[in-house]
Amino acid sequence: MNAAIAVEHLSKSFGSFTAVDDVSFAASEGRITALLGPSGSGKSTVLRMLAGLERPTSGRVWIAGEERTYTSVQERQVGFVFQHYALFRHMTVRDNVAFGLSVRKASKAEQKERVDELLHLVQLEHFAHRFPEQLSGGQRQRVALARALAPRPKVLLLDEPFGALDARVRQDLRRWLDEIHRELGITSLLVTHDQEEALELAHQVVVMHEGRIEQIGTSEEIYNEPATPFVAGFVGAANVIKGLVIEGRVQFGQQLVSGAAHLPDGSAAHAFVRPHDVRIVVPARANGDARLSSPATVERMVNLGWTSKLVLSLVGDGQSVIAQLPNDQLEGVREGDRVLVDFGNAKVFAPHGPASSRSDELAAV
Amino acid sequence: MSVGTAPLARGGSRTRLVRSALLALALGYVAFLLLLPIAGIVWGVVRGGASEVASTFSDPAVRHAFWLTGVITAITVVVAGFFGLVAAWVFTRDRFPGRQALSAVVDLPLAVSPVIVGLMAVILFGRGGWFEPFFAARGIQVIFALPSMVLVTIFICIPFVIREVAPVLEEIGTAEEEAAHTLGASSLQSFFRVTLPSIRWALLYGIALTTARALGEIGAVLIVSGALRGLTETATLYILLALEERQEASAYVVALTLAAVSVTLLLTIEFIKRKHEKERAR
Repeated sequence: MNAAIAVEHLSKSFGSFTAVDDVSFAASEGRITALLGPSGSGKSTVLRMLAGLERPTSGRVWIAGEERTYTSVQERQVGFVFQHYALFRHMTVRDNVAFGLSVRKASKAEQKERVDELLHLVQLEHFAHRFPEQLSGGQRQRVALARALAPRPKVLLLDEPFGALDARVRQDLRRWLDEIHRELGITSLLVTHDQEEALELAHQVVVMHEGRIEQIGTSEEIYNEPATPFVAGFVGAANVIKGLVIEGRVQFGQQLVSGAAHLPDGSAAHAFVRPHDVRIVVPARANGDARLSSPATVERMVNLGWTSKLVLSLVGDGQSVIAQLPNDQLEGVREGDRVLVDFGNAKVFAPHGPASSRSDELAAV
Repeated sequence: MSVGTAPLARGGSRTRLVRSALLALALGYVAFLLLLPIAGIVWGVVRGGASEVASTFSDPAVRHAFWLTGVITAITVVVAGFFGLVAAWVFTRDRFPGRQALSAVVDLPLAVSPVIVGLMAVILFGRGGWFEPFFAARGIQVIFALPSMVLVTIFICIPFVIREVAPVLEEIGTAEEEAAHTLGASSLQSFFRVTLPSIRWALLYGIALTTARALGEIGAVLIVSGALRGLTETATLYILLALEERQEASAYVVALTLAAVSVTLLLTIEFIKRKHEKERAR
C-alpha cells in the first residue's frame, strides 16, 4: 500500500467489548480525511492505533507507505493533536513547541528557527513566553498544532481538535486549519462527531458506527447518496417516513414516495427525506399525480431568520415531518393550515436496528 | 444610631465575644500543649548552662546517636522516596487485579502501632524467626543492629510519598505523557521532562513528612535495636535512656536539638505545601 495513511482489517477489543471491528480504509496523500461518527463509534481508537498509543487486537497499519503496526509511538513520526490540548503545563509556549525538536537533540539554533517559524504560522509570536494556563482555549489548540508540526511529522492526526471549544471559536479555527492545511499540504486524519466540520474540511469522509465503517466517500456522496440508513440519519438532518413498498414506491396512508425500486413489494420501508427536500404546495395550485403529494397540517412554525422550520402532521397516519424552507417560499402558510407536501430526493432503506431507533431524535432538526 | 440597627449591633458583639472566647481557647490549648513543653525544654537547657551543652555534644554516645539517626533517616528517605514514587506510578498508571486492595494495604503502617511493627520484625528476623537462619548463615546481624532499625523505619514511612504523589499523578492524567511520546520522547525523557515537574512539590512534601517521621521514630526502633549505648542508640532512644538514668540536662539538650530540626522541617513543609497547593489550585 502506498497511501499516506492506511489501515487494513483493523480491530480492537477491550475485554469483551469490541471498539473497532474490521476497519479498512486509505487516506489520500496531502488531503484531509475525516473519521466521522457519534461518540463510542471507535473513531478515536482507530486514530490512537495509528499513532501507536493503542495496540491493535488484529489488523495492520501503514504510514507514509511503510507498515507501522509494530513500531513504537516515538518512531512513527506522527503529529498528534489532542482534544484537551495536552500542553505541558509547566513549560512556556516556546518550550512546548520546541519539545519535539529538543528530545531529538536538534541544535539550539535549529530549534529556535523552527519554533519561530511555527509561532509565526499559528500567529502566536507574542505569546512565546506565556504558560498554557494564560491562554484561551483557541490559542492553546493553536500551540498544540504548532507543537505537533514542529518535528515535521509525516502525517497529522487530529482527535476532536475543536471539541472542547465554543461554537464561534470552532468556526474560526476550522477556517484557520483549512488555510494552514492548504499551505502545508500535510496528509491529515481528522476525528470528529461534527458532520458539518467533516463536510467542510475533508476531501474524503469515513463514516463510522459501532466500530464499523458505514460508508467512505466525498462530502457530496456522503450527504446526497447515503449508503446506509445510519449515514442517511447521522449526516445532516432527515425525516424518517415509515411505510410499505408497492411497485417501487413507499406507501404510507394513501400516499406514495418514489425511490424504493430496489426493495420487494410488500416489505416494510423507511424513506429518509431531508427537511429542505420537503416542498410545500398550497392545495389550490396542486397539479400532477395527487398521490405523490401528501395532505398535511401545519402544527408549528418557527422562524429561523431567512428560513423557517415547519412541523407537519401527515393526514391519515399522523406521522410527523419537519420541513425547512426559505421564508420567501412560504406562500403565506400559517400554523393550522392544511397543505400538500412533496418529498423530493427520498432515500429508501429496509428498516433495521439503528435507522429506526434514530427516527425519534431526528425530529430535532 | 437608628433603632433598626441596634439588634444587629448587639448580635455582632455577641458573635465577636464567642469568637474571642474560641480564639482564646485555641491559643490556650496550643500554648499549653506545644509552647509550654518547648519552653520547659529550653528552660532545662538554659538551667544546665553552656558547659552542659558543650559536654553533651562532646559525649561520644550523643554524637553516635545523632549520627545513627542521620544514617537511618537518610537511607529511609532514599528508599521510601524511590519506591514510593514507583508504587504511586503503578497504582495510578497500571490496571491490575487487586490494585485497590493493595492500595488500601499501603496505609497499614499508619494504622498499626510502631511497637507492633517492631514485634513483627523480631518475629521475622529474631532468634527462631523465619528469616533468621538465612542471615545467620551469612554472618549478617539483623536484629539489634542497623539493618532491622532501618527496615522498621522504612516500613513505617512507606505511606507518605505514595499518599502525596498518587493523587497528583491521577489528576494530571496521561495525556501529556502521550503527547510527549508522539513527539518522540522516550519513557525516561517523558518522565523527567513532563511528569516529574508536575509532581515535584507533592514528592518533596512526601519526602519532608518521611524525614520528620524517621527522625522521631522510637517505638519500633526500641523493640528491634536493644538500645545499646554507642551501638544501636538513636537520638530519641538516647533521650529515653538519659531520662531513666537521671541525666536530665543532656536529655534536654538532645531533645531541643531534635525539636529544632523538626521545627525547621515543619516550616519547610509548610512552605513547600503552600507552593504545591498553589500549583494544584491552578
